[in-house]
Parts: sequence; C-alpha cells; structure tokens
Amino acid sequence: MTATAFPAATDRPEPVPIRRPTVGARISRLVLPVFTGVAVLYLFLPIAVMIAFSFNDPAGRQNITWQGFTLRNYVDLWGRPDITGPMVNSLIVAVVATLISTTLGTLIGMALTRYEFKGRTGLNLLIFIPMATPEIIMGASLLSLFVSAGVQRDLTTIVIAHVMFNISYVVVTVRARIAGFNRALEEAAMDLGANEWTTFRKVTFPLIFPGILAAALLAFALSIDDYVITLFVAGRSITFPLWVFGVSRLGVPPEVNVLGTLIFVVALVFIAVQIWSQRRAIVARPEPGT
Amino acid sequence: MTKRFGDVVAVDDLSLEVKPGEFFALLGPSGCGKTTTLRMIGGFEEVTSGSVYLGDTDVTDLPPFKRATNTVFQNYALFPHLTVFENIAFGLRRRKTPTNEIRHQVAFMLKLVELPGYEDRKPNQLSGGQQQRVALARALVNNPRVLLLDEPLGALDLKLRKQMQVELKRIQSEIGITFIFVTHDQEEAMTMSDRIAVMRAGRIEQLGQPEELYERPRTDFVAGFLGVSNLIDADVAGRDERFATLRLDGGTLLRAPAAYVNGAPRVRLGVRPEKLRVIALNDDTGDSVDADTNALDGTVLDASYIGVSTQYLVETPDGHKLTVYAQNLETSGAGEVLADGQRVRLTWKPQHTFVIGPAIGPMPAGDAELEEEPQVHA
Ligand SMILES: Nc1ncnc2c1ncn2[C@@H]1O[C@H](COP(=O)(O)OP(=O)(O)OP(=O)(O)O)[C@@H](O)[C@H]1O
Ligand SMILES: [Mg+2]
Repeated sequence: MTATAFPAATDRPEPVPIRRPTVGARISRLVLPVFTGVAVLYLFLPIAVMIAFSFNDPAGRQNITWQGFTLRNYVDLWGRPDITGPMVNSLIVAVVATLISTTLGTLIGMALTRYEFKGRTGLNLLIFIPMATPEIIMGASLLSLFVSAGVQRDLTTIVIAHVMFNISYVVVTVRARIAGFNRALEEAAMDLGANEWTTFRKVTFPLIFPGILAAALLAFALSIDDYVITLFVAGRSITFPLWVFGVSRLGVPPEVNVLGTLIFVVALVFIAVQIWSQRRAIVARPEPGT
Repeated sequence: MTKRFGDVVAVDDLSLEVKPGEFFALLGPSGCGKTTTLRMIGGFEEVTSGSVYLGDTDVTDLPPFKRATNTVFQNYALFPHLTVFENIAFGLRRRKTPTNEIRHQVAFMLKLVELPGYEDRKPNQLSGGQQQRVALARALVNNPRVLLLDEPLGALDLKLRKQMQVELKRIQSEIGITFIFVTHDQEEAMTMSDRIAVMRAGRIEQLGQPEELYERPRTDFVAGFLGVSNLIDADVAGRDERFATLRLDGGTLLRAPAAYVNGAPRVRLGVRPEKLRVIALNDDTGDSVDADTNALDGTVLDASYIGVSTQYLVETPDGHKLTVYAQNLETSGAGEVLADGQRVRLTWKPQHTFVIGPAIGPMPAGDAELEEEPQVHA
C-alpha cells in the first residue's frame, strides 16, 4: 500500500498559522528601548555639549553658539595662571584630603567592625552625621569655628573641612568590605609565623584594598568638586570650583569646558583601570600542563 | 585547662597528653568544645585557666606565630589573593628561607599531596579536595611539632572523604608529625587514629585506643556514641578470679570480666550487637547452656535482611530490647531469616560483656605505658 510506504507524509505537522502581533504588543515592545534611549540621552547630553563646546572658537566671553572648531582653548590654557592656579590648589587639596581621610577612615572602619568598645554604637551613628548634614550648615559652622578660634583661613582649613566630610564616606565604603572579610585568614597567617603587622601587610591590606581604593576615589571626587563648604573656609585662596563659579557669573568661557572635559577623561581612565584590575583578578588561568 | 566565654564553659577542666608522632583524635558531638580545645593548643583562644605545654615548654601565653604548631582550618582559610605556590611558601617566607630552598620545599610538598603543576593557580580555581591538600601542604611545609586539624574533611563528599582519610594517614606516617584531629564522625576517628578522646560538654568522657573505646566503653555516652550498644541494668551477685556474676532484674545470671566490676552494687552491663549469636528455640531445646557462655532468651520483634548480615530486634521477657547483627555466614539465603515472634536464645562470651558502673575505677591495663615524653600536654 502506498500509504504505508510514505508514513512521513501523514506525520508531517500541520503548518502553524503565523500570529500577527497586536498593535498593543508592538507598542509595548518599543517602550523599553525608547525609554532607555531617552534616559541615556538625558544623562549624557550635557556632557556631550560640554565636550563639543570645549572645541568652540567663540567671539566674546560667551560660549553658547557654535562658531568654529579650534584646539586653541586646550593650548592656551596652560599659560594662564588665573586658571592653572586654582586647578593646582584643587589638586593639592584633593590629594592631601584623600590621603588623610582614607587612612583615618580605614582605621575607623576597622575599629568599628572588629572591636567591641564603649560607644561603638554611638560612633556608628555619628559617622553618618556629616553625610546627613546640609553642606551649607557644615560650611557655616566650620567658618564660625575657625573665626572664633582665630585660625587663618587658607588651603589648610580647606583640607581640614574636606577630610571631615570625606571620612564618613570612606568609613562607610571600607566598612562594607571589612565586614565580608574572613577572620580565619588572619589566624592562618599568624599560625604560619606572621606577626600582627606582617599579617596586616600581607593578608588583610591586600584583601581589603579594593574597598580602600574605591573609598579613595570617592573621597577624591567629592573633594575636587566641593563648592559650598570650600567657599566658607577658603579665605582668599581659590580652588577650581570657586574659579568656575566666579567666571560663570559673567558667562561661561570655553576654558571651563576644557577643564570639565579633561576631568571627565581622567575619571573615565580611573574607571577603566578599576574595571580592568577587577577583571584581571577574576580571569581563570589555563590548566597546568595544557 | 578551662575556657569560658562569659557564662558558657566551653572546655571544662580538661587534661590531655598527646605522644610524639601520634595520630590523636578529639571526637564528640557538635558544641562539645573540640574546636575550642584545638584553638587553645594553637594559641587562637586565650586559656581561662590551666596551661598548655609543647614538650617541656610552657606555651600558654605565646601568640600563634611563636608556637611550633600549625593548623589546617575547617574551611581551609587559603589566602585568596595568593597563588598555590605563595600560599605554601607563606610560612617559609616569614622565616626568611632562601628562595631556592623555598622552591625546593614547595615542590616537595606539592608532590607529597599529589598536586604538582598547580603552583600558579589561585585557590578559587581548585576543587574542595585540592584546596584541602593545599591547606595541608601549607601547614606541613613548616615542619611543625604538632599539626592541628579542625574537621579538615568536613566539607568533602563521602567518596572524597574516604580517599582523603587514607591520604592523610599515609602522609602522617610518611613524615611522622604528631596530628591532633578534630571530628564528629566516629567512623573517621576510629579508622584513622592511634588514640581518641571522646568529648562531651567540655570534658573528656573517655580516652583510649579505638578498640579499647569500642570493646570497653566506660560510660553510656561513649557506648552509644561509638557504634550501637545493648545496655541492661543489673546487680552484682558475686565474683571469682576471672568473672563477676551479675543478676538481671528478671533473675537471669550473666557474667562479665571481674576486672570490670569495682565494688558498686548496681551496674549497667553492655554487649555489642555483633557479639551476640542468635539460636532459634524449639520445644526440644533444653535449658542447658554451656557454662562459659552468657545466655538470654527472648522473642524476635523485627528482622531486617541487609545482605551481609541480618539485623534483629529481640525482646526479653522483662522488657529489654536488644539489637543483634547476625552474619549471614551459611549459604542458606534469605529463607534462613527468623520470623517475627520466633522464640530465640542469645548467647555471647562473658569476656565480650562490658560494664558501666556508677563509679568507675582505673582501667585494668593499657593506659599506663607512657614511656615517651608527652608532646602536647594541656
Ligand atoms: N566565641 C565564642 N563566644 C561564645 N561562646 C562560644 C564561642 N566559641 C564557642 N562557644 C561555645 O563553646 C562551646 C564549644 O564550642 P566549640 O566550637 O568548641 O564546639 P565544637 O565541639 O567544635 O562543635 P562543632 O562540632 O559544631 O564544631 C559551644 O557551646 C559554643 O557555643
Ligand atoms: Mg568545631
């Protein structure tokens, strides 16, 4: 019989009718990409404009209409002490404040996670106060403190103020890293003949280092762009944000865009380095002997 | 030595001597203070009262890095940021060993634990068993006088565990270092150790060789923790040179080695299930029992055929339930299994009877020969 000779013919599945998506489904499929696109645009448009206008060649002090492409802004910048001065001040303040606050904050973070002592709960709460206090209040109270103590206001007072608010952020960041640290590793190091200091240097520090690095980057970022508190305690010294704010009252000159672009690039490099170093730690090595 | 955490007495006036080159196990249920004891020997936990000696040296107040002990931690505690090579070399580097020497010793250790070629791996690229071996190598390379191991096989699956038990034993006999091994697995302790201390609630219940603990447990706890025991209360009815006679509450007379009975009028006697022989009682079976044998009559409550043996639960007329493991020696097959309700007689040799008294005297023999200087003394 022919029917049995070709059984496949009858087994073939019925063609499934292609269902057309309804209009509602098609719209809902579009919502997510569009929404994402808008959000990304919202985040990056200001930065894109800033970068573009750093290459603008404006007629006057106003840098708001596109006149033509030039690299002159980047070249001229370095010969202008009124710009490089504040920039150098900001870098000094940020580096020093970051070093001090990262060191102190790391130690405080370790003490808070490691040891039981009187007032630990209280300190855990107090640490949040600088983060929660409005900057304007902190700035004003620091100013009255310095004035009543008769302290000369200059870069030193700026550093003191920056250390003060940075410490909170460092403690919170480092504490999270230390809380996940396995104490048995330190015991193992001591068991193998390392004293307390060597244990810290060879085991504890390398393992909490990513947390410390993240805290330091955060402190640096907070410090380099702080305006409100710095304004109160700066005295006659000028930092980068103070300078930008000063000149912007008369219109934004392209130098502001140039510096902004440079800072943005540096930040990108930092992020890239951090991601790369984390990747490197995770990547598995090949089997031995293959 | 004693260790208190606030109100909790974790280790209660515990005394312990470990001989050089010995494989010594601390065995006990969870929370009985094994880890705490080990940590006091290693120097990680301050001793509340008492002292720890290593050989003749009092090390009670020395920090871990000044003690000639090394530890294999429960979860290995390998340094995640260092390679296998650097993990093993860690102790050598602390002692400023020359680089060449380090390379030699690490290579030797990796061979010993059968992991050559893994030098450049990070710990998270190793399996559990491999990590365990690295932890062992990292401790052993320092040539400690005593190696402390806290449930080193706890995280491994059963098969790997068995394999590592053999490995550990091999390594220990190859290098001859004293091992103090913590476990809550009685089988593991029995197969590996020269001597075992059974711990309970911060105290040592009994200390001895595995056979000794098994054949002659001295407390209910040890009898129940190491294997299965049948325990029955009895009065001491008399004794001669070799055997003491014990009377059960039902009147049956049983005998036990005289040395095990020490004057207490009421004791508890015990016998291991595999020591019992089970005979089916028929109407024509006489009452006559060989004078050298203990015998108890009863009824089979339950029988389960397990292949190599058959497990019976037998109830005596006065209500005691006894477990019996009968080897399936005859090639008779499953048909030979006694039915539930069958009247049976259980017989065993008097010397297989052990006695747990309310007041236990010194062991008859075996504990006294300590010709060598004890190595760890706590
Ligand atoms: N740091 C500590 N603080 C308070 N109590 C503790 C501390 N460490 C241990 N203990 C208590 O001491 C007792 C013994 O603990 P230990 O860790 O020695 O038990 P273990 O025999 O090792 O048990 P396991 O088999 O579960 O590991 C327990 O009751 C435990 O709760
Ligand atoms: Mg434990």
